[in-house]
Amino acid sequence: MSAGRLYVAVAAGGFRRYATYRTATAAGVFTNTVFGLILVYTYRALWDERPHLGGWDQAQVMTYVWLGQALLAALAIGGGGIENELMERIRTGDVAIDLYRPADLQLWWLATDLGRAFFQLLGRGLVPFVVGALCFPVYLPRDVGTWAAFLVAVLLAMLVGFGIRYLVALSAFWLLDGQGVTQMSWLAGFFCSGMLLPLNVFPGALGAVVRVLPWSSLLQAPAQILLGHGDPLGTYVFQGAWAVVLLGAGRLVQSAATRRVVVQGG
Amino acid sequence: MIAGMWIRSTMAYRASFAMTTFGNFSATLLDFVAIMLMFSRVDTLGGWSLPEVAFLYGLSGTAFGLADLLIGSMERLGRRVRDGTLDTLLVRPAPVLAQVAADQFALRRLGRVVQGLLVLGWALTRLDVTWTPVKLLLMPVMAVSGCGIFCAVFVAGAAFQFLAQDASEVQNAFTYGGTTLLQYPPTVFAKELVRGVTFVLPLAFVNWLPATYVLGRPYPLDLPRWTAFAPPLVAVACCALAGLAWRAGLRSYRSTGS
Repeated sequence: MSAGRLYVAVAAGGFRRYATYRTATAAGVFTNTVFGLILVYTYRALWDERPHLGGWDQAQVMTYVWLGQALLAALAIGGGGIENELMERIRTGDVAIDLYRPADLQLWWLATDLGRAFFQLLGRGLVPFVVGALCFPVYLPRDVGTWAAFLVAVLLAMLVGFGIRYLVALSAFWLLDGQGVTQMSWLAGFFCSGMLLPLNVFPGALGAVVRVLPWSSLLQAPAQILLGHGDPLGTYVFQGAWAVVLLGAGRLVQSAATRRVVVQGG
Repeated sequence: MIAGMWIRSTMAYRASFAMTTFGNFSATLLDFVAIMLMFSRVDTLGGWSLPEVAFLYGLSGTAFGLADLLIGSMERLGRRVRDGTLDTLLVRPAPVLAQVAADQFALRRLGRVVQGLLVLGWALTRLDVTWTPVKLLLMPVMAVSGCGIFCAVFVAGAAFQFLAQDASEVQNAFTYGGTTLLQYPPTVFAKELVRGVTFVLPLAFVNWLPATYVLGRPYPLDLPRWTAFAPPLVAVACCALAGLAWRAGLRSYRSTGS
């Protein structure tokens, strides 16, 4: 089997595996919709007070809320991607089996995570987004080009998200107990991606800083494009640069880990 | 006793305990940071000032934190039903509910309570309230009743997991979602939503109603003034209903047999 087809098969496996958890998916859809509802009202109160805050009108904010709920699971912004499984395999020593496979460790897990992300996008993202779009006066672009540009940004966001979480997972080679790192990582992810508050609402220097951090690639960047506020090319360069840096760092850490660290036996 | 065992086990890794407690503390802190960032752009939200919102936030956070500390492990029940390890609890000579609650008892959840109390304390120094003995007495009553109401939500959610083993996330919508909702003034939300959390799932009694009395604000839904003093009754009623749901759930339990 050629390398390309191998990783496609791995990704399809990831997709199918998550597709089997039907009740969990339905429960997730419900929860995303409830949280979306709460956010819709709080943001609406904020924009009632200050119309055009951050350059958005109310309809654009509504879209942003449901987009956040749609991408939350797909991009594993709050954790819950493949990194937990990889950490567990590192902790138990099962990762040695992965290293013996005739496939690259990073690409293997990237393919699995992309499969998972695509399933979560369709299974958990689409329904809250549609419910939100039907129940609230949302802003939706009418031209296909914007939607296509948006989808490319989502794809790049998946790469950046994986890049961050792969580094988090590899820390288990040294720390073994990844709980603390995982927790710190989701805190940073939640706050800096714009899940708690859109990044264009952050004031002053804090706003300037969070907008250049990698997490802004996850939700804020695709949202800006969909809402007609981002220059797609510039956004892609930004996201692509972070993807290259993070995946490159992951590769370096991976080789350091496999060279120096003794895998736990058991 | 089971709780004590889990405390001893976490204390074996003090650094990890410190880190996760701090993590729990900052996880909830970030919610409040987001609210402060909102207020860096506006003076009021839904007509409420930052100290008033902080008052709601602190009360909700403390009540939820206490409930989470006591029986937050309930959300793990679905997994125990799935993998069959619930059976070990059934054969032990202790109430199953107490065992599930104490299972994986995590003292690190104290971080949430501490954060709620800190925000509440800050709000109290900033609020412009003429304190009366009744208002002062209402504060601890609110914390305890709020904790009771959230405990009932946790138990009812756990009972639901006997039916839908994979659906622990539904519980999150009511527990974490509930406490997030209560961090904002009732004026922010649509009337139907406020009605829902007053009459169907009575979360409004955790802080909205007693807090409007303390702050001297108009009551949501034009409710009568005595409703501010109803939280203890509501908490008892909720716990009773949740207890019934729990027994029904436990009776319907079929082991996986693995």
